[in-house]
Amino acid sequence: MLRTTPFHSRIAPLNLAQNWRRWSGYLAASAYEFHHDREYWAIRNSAALIDVSPLFKYSIEGPDAERLLDRVVTRDVTKCKLHQVFYTPWCDDDGKVMDDGTLTRLTPDSFRLTSAEPNLRWLHDNALGMDVSIRDISDDLAALALQGPNARRILHDAAKGAADELRFFRLAKGEIAGVPVEITRTGYTGDLGYEIWTEPANAEALWDGLMESGESHRILPAGMLALDVARVEAGLVLIGVDYVPAHQAVIEGRKSSPYELGLGWTVKLDGAWFVGRDALRAEKERGPEWEFRGLDVSWDSLEVLYGKVGLPPQLPSEGWRTSVPIYSGDTQVGYATSGCWSPLLKKYIALAHIQSRYAKIGTDLRMEVTVEHYRKKAVARVVDTQFFNPERKRNNPEPSAAVKAEASA
Amino acid sequence: MSASRYDAIIVGGGHNGLVTAAYLAMAGKKVLVLEKRHVLGGAAVTEEINPGFKYSVCSYVVSLLRPEIIRDLELPKHGLQILPLESTFTPLPNGDYLARWGDHDQTRREIYRHSPRDADAYDDFGKLMYQLAVAVKPILAMVPPDPTSMSPKDLMGFLRLGKHFRGLGHEQFHALHKLMTMSSADYLDEWFETEALKATMSSSGIIGTFLGPRSPGTAYVLLHHYMGEIDGAMRAWGFAKGGTGSVSESIASAARGHGAEIMTEAGVAEVTVKNGRTTGVVLDDGREYSSSVVVSGLDPKRTFLDLVDAKELPGDFVRDIERFKIRGSSGKVNLSLSELPNFTAKPGVGPLHKGAVSISPSIDYLERAYDEAKYGDFSSRPYMDIIMPSMIDAGMAPPGKHVMSIFVQYAPSDLRGGWNETKREAFGDAVVDTLAQYAPNLPDAILHRQVLTPWDIDRDMGLTDGNIFHGELSLHQLFCMRPTVGYADYTTPLRGYYQAGSGTHPGGGITGASGRLAALEILKGALR
Repeated sequence: MLRTTPFHSRIAPLNLAQNWRRWSGYLAASAYEFHHDREYWAIRNSAALIDVSPLFKYSIEGPDAERLLDRVVTRDVTKCKLHQVFYTPWCDDDGKVMDDGTLTRLTPDSFRLTSAEPNLRWLHDNALGMDVSIRDISDDLAALALQGPNARRILHDAAKGAADELRFFRLAKGEIAGVPVEITRTGYTGDLGYEIWTEPANAEALWDGLMESGESHRILPAGMLALDVARVEAGLVLIGVDYVPAHQAVIEGRKSSPYELGLGWTVKLDGAWFVGRDALRAEKERGPEWEFRGLDVSWDSLEVLYGKVGLPPQLPSEGWRTSVPIYSGDTQVGYATSGCWSPLLKKYIALAHIQSRYAKIGTDLRMEVTVEHYRKKAVARVVDTQFFNPERKRNNPEPSAAVKAEASA
Repeated sequence: MSASRYDAIIVGGGHNGLVTAAYLAMAGKKVLVLEKRHVLGGAAVTEEINPGFKYSVCSYVVSLLRPEIIRDLELPKHGLQILPLESTFTPLPNGDYLARWGDHDQTRREIYRHSPRDADAYDDFGKLMYQLAVAVKPILAMVPPDPTSMSPKDLMGFLRLGKHFRGLGHEQFHALHKLMTMSSADYLDEWFETEALKATMSSSGIIGTFLGPRSPGTAYVLLHHYMGEIDGAMRAWGFAKGGTGSVSESIASAARGHGAEIMTEAGVAEVTVKNGRTTGVVLDDGREYSSSVVVSGLDPKRTFLDLVDAKELPGDFVRDIERFKIRGSSGKVNLSLSELPNFTAKPGVGPLHKGAVSISPSIDYLERAYDEAKYGDFSSRPYMDIIMPSMIDAGMAPPGKHVMSIFVQYAPSDLRGGWNETKREAFGDAVVDTLAQYAPNLPDAILHRQVLTPWDIDRDMGLTDGNIFHGELSLHQLFCMRPTVGYADYTTPLRGYYQAGSGTHPGGGITGASGRLAALEILKGALR
């Protein structure tokens, strides 16, 4: 039986199209209308409210909490300050990625870890002999992502300024609609955004409060289809789509290291030992076999291919999640795993695994496209994965911004 | 003479001039843009005339900004966001309305309510227009060849064009022939019976022209609405976040990123010419800048009759430019509102407020509005195309307040007795009175009103006679005739002097196409 999230009583009546999908056993809205267009533009233009409660969440507490996490994830957890959030993958002994998520230091000795897949056993296995308590708190926390350029203004009203000066990947505590919440400056859209965490009993009050404060800022509930386009534009990897978690891969070839997923920046080889470090050190020395890259599919090339059958380019309006061959000449040198038409950039973009020697930025490769039932190849340039990376995503709020907004009202 | 020399000087910081500058700078050229006003953008500007309320002062929707320009110049990185305008709502005098919504089935049901036959015809019409748009699109993207020239370049151009039309089927060829010759009213009569539908659709054929829906030649522009569907600008009719000025600002930012120098409050008084070629410019304040390439982003009248001494140009060319039709026919009213208009035809606040509202109840209504203009008056009951930008982008007005942008036609540039401040406000009153018939709460909700007539647009924005397209988009002024025969390839009779404004092919609207094609020609020509 599918489960519903603590926000179900609010999102169900809004989901007029009855367009749902499965997310970790929960019902999640794909789109609230027939088309996700409006929800996508809310992420980029105003603000979108997304129910992200199905994430797995773990509480790690005790004198050895920092030690445990530092040993599990690739980043140096000793550098994670109080109320700071780290995005990080974690690996198996061979340095292959098992999952990725966010890690938040709530007190000096307690953390919260989010993940896409269950990780309780892995955490326990690595905690042998440590003074630490690990709890699955997935059902104890409801979560909403508030994403988009107006998100800060909405929180200014809703949380009475508690998040006005919240910096990128930091946490603040506050109150929204009379209920206590934790707010992190995080998200999965590559835009200015926050995630808001509260107890399930407070979920409805939180939803109502945000929708009310958001009304004059054009807030819109958004589903997974809109999120999918935004995350491809932001170049964010998706587990199970862009990579197979190492412990689920039935063959070696399906596994990826952080270096092969463009996550090399999260691997801190010079800190204390962590699971997979030795393998990753060796891989770094010899260089990864694969690179994770963006592909900018040439419009001119698509126009030529489609022009031969008398059509303008026909591109999907939804993001796709299939494996698509990438060629150099006629030799396959990689595969794309996600792609979409970017309504903002007016570009057809994809995220792809490319053999390292073909992955130099600026290289022109070719991506398979099906033109009127026939397989063709369109020119696709290798680019950085962050197709869209606005300053507002991580810029620090000016303390006076909120005050200014009020003054002009 | 200034010490620094430029590869090219662009006169006028309108969106086309900025596009030219950006492409030239991207090619490594040293470029200087000179804009007369304190803001960049020409007719594509956002100004906070009433504090807290942002007006897209003139141009208010982004119609067909070329997607290749968005990609080449990476405009989204420089802040450009074009948000879809989803619907068109036409309130009717009888208390009913006609709406075309973003959702296809919803639109079908709505048209069905008025005429079941039209509901089916609407889809067939859409398909034919789509096919024709596919056929016509390459023409917009090409530099017009000269039909009388025997040069290989021009002949090849016509060969490509011919080959292209041979590919059209019978039905499509006949439809294209009709579109090129008929009036939009007659053409739409062949398809539809709902008056409000025909009127609202035909309005796109008269915007910016000094023609009525029953004037031959207006049908062709119907096609343009379908153009965005096919070139990667899907649903390209939109509103630029931050107002239309953000289009200009993003292009300027891209140009600067490539090293272009842009100066405001630097009006050009004269383009200097020596032995039939340009040598640079002289500013209003006497400053001089030298360059062997000067590009004018201004309209043909200003480009050739104001900036250059007539004796430097061939006499017949000067005559051609003098004859170029550039009558202004429209005005603009911008309002700050304490509340949204409440339409009696569909009370309350709803999705209609996020789209366009069109005051075009019937073909007769539009033609009558034109009749008044023909004889020198502004329309007492004008055609209006309205959007409420604050409903799309909350940042356009303080929370709870709104801005309204009203495009108004007809307002003839040569008003009987001439325009003055009294007549301008009378024109503004006619607009508000007309709207109040459909939304009675509007007059009391107005906090601030800005009225622009062709007279203001000429004087303040530098568009001759306030013509928003730098010259009418009628058939005799398109393609190889724009602005005049022999000079449709962005060159001029003067060596080194180029034109890049909307007065050149394909012209009109915020497309950037003229500016881009001009830059590409310059890079193949004088700056090769």
